This record gives sequence, C-alpha cells and structure tokens, in this order.
Amino acid sequence: MAESPEIDPLAIAQTWQKDGRAIALATVVETWGSAPRPVGSHLVIDQEGNFEGSVSGGCVEGAVVFEAVDAIESGKPKMLEFGVADETAWEVGLSCGGRIRVYVEPVTS
Amino acid sequence: MDSELLQRLNIARQSRKAVAVVTHLADGQKRLVVEDDIAGDPLAEQITQRLRSGKSGIVETAAGEIFIQMYVPPPRLVIIGAVHISQALYPMAQACGFDVTIIDPRTAFATPERFQNVVCHAEWPEEVLKRQPLDAFTALAVVTHDPKIDDFPLMAALDAGCFYVGALGGRKTNAKRVDRLSATGVDGVDLDRICAPIGLDIGAANPAEIAVAVLAQIVEALRKPNVALASEQAA
Repeated sequence: MAESPEIDPLAIAQTWQKDGRAIALATVVETWGSAPRPVGSHLVIDQEGNFEGSVSGGCVEGAVVFEAVDAIESGKPKMLEFGVADETAWEVGLSCGGRIRVYVEPVTS
Repeated sequence: MDSELLQRLNIARQSRKAVAVVTHLADGQKRLVVEDDIAGDPLAEQITQRLRSGKSGIVETAAGEIFIQMYVPPPRLVIIGAVHISQALYPMAQACGFDVTIIDPRTAFATPERFQNVVCHAEWPEEVLKRQPLDAFTALAVVTHDPKIDDFPLMAALDAGCFYVGALGGRKTNAKRVDRLSATGVDGVDLDRICAPIGLDIGAANPAEIAVAVLAQIVEALRKPNVALASEQAA
C-alpha cells in the first residue's frame, strides 16, 4: 500500500549514502527452526551505529550493529551466526530457539 | 555491495521488476540479475524457480555457497468495475497487503466519494493499462458484466501472465465470453485460466461475501499457485 509506513532498508541505505554516511548492510541468509525474521530480511547500519530494519525482531540486532560498524571500518564482509544464547560464542541469542546466519557487508561508494 | 548496484536494485524494485541479487559468500562478489536478463545468467534455473515464490536462499555450488536474494514486487490487484462488490473488496485487499487500482470508464461509478483511500481511474482500461501495464505479480478481477469494458483487460491479463484472472458472471456468461474472446483469434492465450464464476464457492450471498470469496481465491492463487492451477484444470 502506498501509504504504508513499512520500512524499506534498501531505500534508506541509498539515502544515507547520499548523505555521506558510511554504511553496511546486514542480511539474513539462512534460518533453522523458528527464526523471527525470514531469509532476505535486511538491517542497514551507519558508522555511528544508527540502524533501520531488522534481522531478528530485536534479539541480536545489537551484536549485528557492533559487527557492522567493524565491517565498515575494515571494508570486509563477514558472516555471523546466532543460536540460542548458551550454545554459541556470542553473548546474545534467539530466545525462540532458532538459529540464523547473517551476512554483513560494507556498501562501498 | 557497491553503491551502483544498490541504486540499480532500488530502481528495478521501484519499477516493479523482479530482481535477484547473487552473492558469492566466500569472497563477497555480487551481481544483479533483473527479470529480463535471467535467461542469460549461469544460475538461470535456480532464479527462475524462485521467481514465483519470491523465496531467497543459499545454493551450494562447486564455487562454494551462493546466496540468491529475490526481490519480487508486492502483489497488486486491479479491479475493473467500480461497483458494489469493488467497494467491499478494495479495503479487504488493502488489509492483506495488496496495492489496489480500480478502473471504470463510467464516471458515475468511479467517484472519489465511493472509493476513498484507493487509486481509482474513471477511464477506459485500455488507457490506464497502457500507462501501467499488468504483470505476473498482479491479480485482475473484472466485475462490470459489460464486455465493452471487461474484455480488453481480460485478454491483457492473460497475455501478461497475471497470477490471477477472475471474471464475474455465471457459467453461461463465461461460455459466451470465451467464445467472444476465442473469436478475436489471439494465439498463445489460455482462456481456461479465467476463474469464472469468480471467487471460491462459499455460497456468498451479498457483495461483501462475494468480495471475501474473490479475495480468498486471489490469495490462494498467490500462495498456493499449484493448487489453484490444479482446481482450475479439474473444473
């Protein structure tokens, strides 16, 4: 719907970049079990840690943003994997018991 | 990803083109495949399979993992006829996430008072569809009962491969319609794809209930395309 306030992370990414912000894009590339957001969901992040969109409905966004800021600095993409909190090396996890893989890449100008 | 690819991706999405972004996860290499160029892509088969469902996912190849992300346009519903059924149908369809357009050349029907918060053209379908062509991610429902208005968009929808094509009218009306359309001698168009009488058979008894039946049939065609096709063929 035209009036729908639905967030479009890719449009936001383009706007942010036009504004001169360094950005990264995070994308859910694989899910197992009950994952909160489907494959293909995006999060756009800038170098200061501002973000729009979602890859998990809030469970792991903090960690993704942290890694994305690092990817912006290094200029290199990386793959993140999240499961339930105590099964992975990450300090955050998905309370729903699912697992997701998130691909984080800097958007170069 | 580079900004040039991001821009091309956004332009394609805005123009309602289906697009795949193919990423080699090992080295981050990416390419954009717009719907018209799928046939020439090394992953043409996998991309084509994903086109209808719009589902993204990883494929294993000799070169390692490749992520295919599909961007398909949001489903659209074009209703021909600004009638009572349409008044009930458009808000329900909008609630289900469809972009709705209503077209009816009869200016007494297609008024802003009767159709608020929806795109409504008081013009002939020929005119509107020239500017905004139908596509595979569009459903068409014709409900005017008037061949002068209904026939052109029906043929256009079959030609464009709309995922749903429905027409109001009983079996006799539809038999006459099929005869008329066959007589136009257009090849390669499958008239059996027209859902008529329109809507799932739930005994709908008034405009709002007919709208429910029509919308349910459209959602089925979108979400369970093979089932919808099989029941059409069985009918």
